[in-house]
Amino acid sequence: MATLIKGRRVAAASRPSPEEKVLRLEPGDDPASVPLEGVARVEVSFPKFGDGRGFSIARLLRERRGYRGELRAVGHITRDLLLFLERCGFDAFELREGEDPHAALASFGDFSHSYQRGYGTEIGV
Amino acid sequence: MYRYDAIDQKLVDERVAQFRDQTRRFLAGRLSEEEFRALRLRNGLYIQRYAPMLRIAIPYGLLSSRQLRKLSDIARRYDRGYAHFSTRQNLQLNWPRLEDVPEILAELATVQMHAIQTSGNSFRNVTTDHFAGVAADEIVDSFVWCELLRQWSTFHPEFSFLPRKFKIAVNGAAADRAAVGVHDIGLHATRNGEEIGFRVLVGGGLGRTPVIGVTIREFLPWPHLLTYLEAILRVYNRHGRRDNIHKARIKILVKERGAERFRDEVEAEWALLKDGPATLTAGDVARVEARFTRPRYEQPGSDPDCSEPGFLAWKKRNVHPHKIPGYAAVTLSLKKTGVPPGDVTSAQMDAIAQLAERYSFGELRVSHEQNLVLADVRSRDLPALWREARELGLATPNIGLLTNIISCPGGDYCALANAKSIPVAQAIQERVEQKRDSLDYLFDIGELDLNISGCINACGHHHVGHIGILGVDKNGEEWYQVEIGGNQAPASLGKVIGPAFARAEVPEVIERLIDCYLAHRDSEAERFVDVVHRIGIEPFKEHVYGHAHQGAARRSREPALA
Repeated sequence: MATLIKGRRVAAASRPSPEEKVLRLEPGDDPASVPLEGVARVEVSFPKFGDGRGFSIARLLRERRGYRGELRAVGHITRDLLLFLERCGFDAFELREGEDPHAALASFGDFSHSYQRGYGTEIGV
Repeated sequence: MYRYDAIDQKLVDERVAQFRDQTRRFLAGRLSEEEFRALRLRNGLYIQRYAPMLRIAIPYGLLSSRQLRKLSDIARRYDRGYAHFSTRQNLQLNWPRLEDVPEILAELATVQMHAIQTSGNSFRNVTTDHFAGVAADEIVDSFVWCELLRQWSTFHPEFSFLPRKFKIAVNGAAADRAAVGVHDIGLHATRNGEEIGFRVLVGGGLGRTPVIGVTIREFLPWPHLLTYLEAILRVYNRHGRRDNIHKARIKILVKERGAERFRDEVEAEWALLKDGPATLTAGDVARVEARFTRPRYEQPGSDPDCSEPGFLAWKKRNVHPHKIPGYAAVTLSLKKTGVPPGDVTSAQMDAIAQLAERYSFGELRVSHEQNLVLADVRSRDLPALWREARELGLATPNIGLLTNIISCPGGDYCALANAKSIPVAQAIQERVEQKRDSLDYLFDIGELDLNISGCINACGHHHVGHIGILGVDKNGEEWYQVEIGGNQAPASLGKVIGPAFARAEVPEVIERLIDCYLAHRDSEAERFVDVVHRIGIEPFKEHVYGHAHQGAARRSREPALA
């Protein structure tokens, strides 16, 4: 099973309990219209490297829909994406097969600042 | 010149470390070719026809002499002693070694430079008017706004994996010298009474589907600049096509949706982002403004005292008015016959750095026409500067004229090219030079932009040249399509005059186009492009192809393959 990173540490990839609702969104889905009531986890899929639609989906879920539950990036998730994903509102990351979890954790330290206001930690333009 | 603060420097240093690690992983076989490709492209590193190519960012074309010296030094130590200024106001090294690139980036970081996002499907270098800050018709100093945009668009968490590359141009003056109509987003500063803001154009671009952008907002007050851009980008990021690389630019989305519907979607998104955290304050603008060094102008001196014909010709073409009396802006032409357009040697770069220090407060600008501009020269220094520039081969008096050719590197370097560009540019320049009284001929023709692209990707901006030349491939042979009537601002796109030509024929074709123009113009004030717009392309066509059977005979001839 692929490694799960949650809260900036390697976590056991637990299956949701039967009563926990998991919602999975594909890049073309519209987060404006999905039902979020009772949802414990939203998985946003990144089917291939370079498809950045999931970043906007995360922003819309967090800032427009006010979703506060777990937001997990799944699919082609490499260490090079983690900081961006986190700043867009993801808090859990299912690394793709073969990705070194320790290097991935280290990548959170790649950049100490961000220019954009309203995206996670920032100094901001 | 913008001076980095501690955070700007830290981010660039951190990027070097990140890329060093990525390169190490690739060389150790831990990153596949394809994975590394996506990462190296974000640092301007292409694998080209013969070698890697590294594109170094020159944000909004502004350079200090210290930076230019560093570029010269890098070109000498890591390349073959020369480099190429591109139409996006960047600098390209054609022969670096892949293993050396992390070190080159580290060197660049020591002079506040980088290669971040000079390629890949993300925001590219924000470009602007090369007379920003010195033009008399200035509304805002576009450098400040470009720098705000540079920061905002660097490592943007949401918009770093767009459907395709994204180019923004800012024009701060009344006249458009930044070609805002042919960018993914064009921002043209404007006033609404006392209030400063921007006209927002979207969906322009060249490439294989040239489109002129549409205005989606006549007046955007400046505090809302970033939230409005975020709204545009969010619509594009979510809905831009990702199924076909040739249909992935925002211009296709705007076209497919229709400008009105696209604007409505942007406005709806913006309604929810407006006044959010990205809203700009006077403090934000002041913070960036304060980090720019400003020239300390002196009292105006006397006018230049020199009546040498060579100086006067140069002054007429390469010296431009300045908002401060007693000062002028000067273009150093990188378009000398026999030199690939936009190329400079390390020795020239060192010498130019010195000229900038002695004559223009240690700063210079790269123009999208691939020349260098010394923006703040005392008028009385012009003759001395001219003599020195002439010694260096940088005083060709051809700015705005036929031989000031914009050209991509073409098939001599680029892996995408269908045909070579540089030899075509040179052949045209040589043809002019061989004429008796060639300078009179050139000056008599007047303003004429000739742009050459070696392939449909249009890096040489051929669609907006008064004369545009496009290299095409026909069964493995190089041919050249010619279009006329394009213009950069106000933007208009050229029309193809007919079947393509062999390389050897191109100079003759250009000469015929010019003959036709000279025969039809109503006065010297009417430029080539004006005549094309007035009389249409038919008379030019006839003049070039003659009768139909001659055209057929021409097409059957062998193309040049050299």
